[in-house]
Amino acid sequence: MTGEPGVEDLLRQLAPQVLGILVRRHGDFADAEDAVQEALLAAAVQWPADGVPANPRGWLLAVAFRKLADLRRSEAARHRREAFAAARNPAVAPEVSGTDDSLTLLLLCCHPTLPASAAIPLTLRAVGGLTTAEIARAFLVPEPAMGKRITRAKQRIRSSGLPFVLPNAAELPDRLRAVEHVLYLMFNEGYATSNGPKVTRTDLCTEAVRLTRMLHASLPDHEEVAGLLALMLLTDARRPARTGGHGELVPLDRQDRTLWNQDMIGEGVALISATLPRGTVGYYQLLAAIAAVHDEAKTAEDTDWQQILALYGLLARVSANPLVTLNRAVAAAMVHGPAAGLRALAGLDDKLAGNHRLDAVRGHLREMAGDRDRAITHYLEAATRTTSEAERRYLLARVATLNTDDR
Amino acid sequence: MKYMLLMNHPAAGNEPAIETCTAEDMQASGAHMGQIMQELVDSGELLGAAGLADPHTAKIVISGGDAPVVTDGPFAEMKEFLAGYWLVDVDSEERAIEIAARTSAAPGAGGKPTRRPIEVRAVMRGADPEL
Repeated sequence: MTGEPGVEDLLRQLAPQVLGILVRRHGDFADAEDAVQEALLAAAVQWPADGVPANPRGWLLAVAFRKLADLRRSEAARHRREAFAAARNPAVAPEVSGTDDSLTLLLLCCHPTLPASAAIPLTLRAVGGLTTAEIARAFLVPEPAMGKRITRAKQRIRSSGLPFVLPNAAELPDRLRAVEHVLYLMFNEGYATSNGPKVTRTDLCTEAVRLTRMLHASLPDHEEVAGLLALMLLTDARRPARTGGHGELVPLDRQDRTLWNQDMIGEGVALISATLPRGTVGYYQLLAAIAAVHDEAKTAEDTDWQQILALYGLLARVSANPLVTLNRAVAAAMVHGPAAGLRALAGLDDKLAGNHRLDAVRGHLREMAGDRDRAITHYLEAATRTTSEAERRYLLARVATLNTDDR
Repeated sequence: MKYMLLMNHPAAGNEPAIETCTAEDMQASGAHMGQIMQELVDSGELLGAAGLADPHTAKIVISGGDAPVVTDGPFAEMKEFLAGYWLVDVDSEERAIEIAARTSAAPGAGGKPTRRPIEVRAVMRGADPEL
């Protein structure tokens, strides 16, 4: 979608509302989603030229409804409709006023039966109101390939007969966990593909934050959703400082903290501070709390590693996975010295076999301990194992620095 | 995750020469590859693919910043030449290996699988968020 930002924001905000109404009234999610997408494209062309209509939602709904009728007149759609009508129970899909369609849509698009690679683009289109072209650009894949994936994801929803209703209270926690996971992966994908000021394509981090905000607005009392939003804000705040002038990776302890986005940090800290004391402490809340400790340190030396170490201890109880152990070892090294960190890594070799992070951390701890040769060995090992270009360059730069210091 | 699947021209003796293939063999091979291609297009996993012209048409360029040295193929000192590639975006390395295996099993002369080695290489990506 091009056009003025005002129109773009409005369209993205209206997209899930219009889709929700259309699905409620006319049943089939896949066709309704196509129709809304076409209405959004039409609006993106017409509104900037003719002005935004008095009732933009009504306009989109009317155009989407016409597109849906066109779609259903086509030969292929007729077969689908007949099959659908035969299977349809008229007692289902009641008109419920005041229901939150954006939440229902998120839960449907992030259904646990869909792989994340299908759920992320589908969510971006159906809930986020992005075009296939924008999503394809964000993932650096050709538009037709992305179009096929979205179509497949919708076919899967159709053939599984997943209904457009809010899950019951017993199902909701698991379904929400799936949504949180998809949004977190979307954010990480954006973080991995963003490259400092060079970025011009659709920003997945910003989209993930926007969708998580939407989810948080639907469920303001849900602690993990609040934690996830805080985590994203507190991480995204550091993005301007995380790449140098040549797109190279700048680690946390060397970042120019004046570049950090203080508004995002303020919002994230307030959110996690209000959430943590409230109820069950979960995975995202703890990650957010750790991010907050980093963000609140004026300099790397001011970092309260004692607190970070304690938070990793809690995290290990909530989610005992080897990557948590790995990060906890770094915190232990910062509090008790590199030897303690290296001891904490013992036992990870089997669980993280072949993972470059273990070697990267060992290299870092050996460097801290002044063991230059072993540091170089581990950094080189990590550089050969990583599939991240930015990380490889960073690791090789560490080796080069250690070699230079020697001379 | 993005992977590049690389196929080399067969080393001499590893595979019956192309001249020994019958029209039927050629068609079976084409159909096999065509079907894999279509499936990858339909699933949205295929990002790009290309076959490369024969090494006889290749040139090697070496330059130190001044006038480049351009050598015409074939290049006796090289054992293997890239024949073509598939660039795929898949959910796992297992899936990339599965596609490579089917490609390697494409029928050759006499309808027997060529067993041509396919190199599966991960495409480099950015870095994850630091904690």
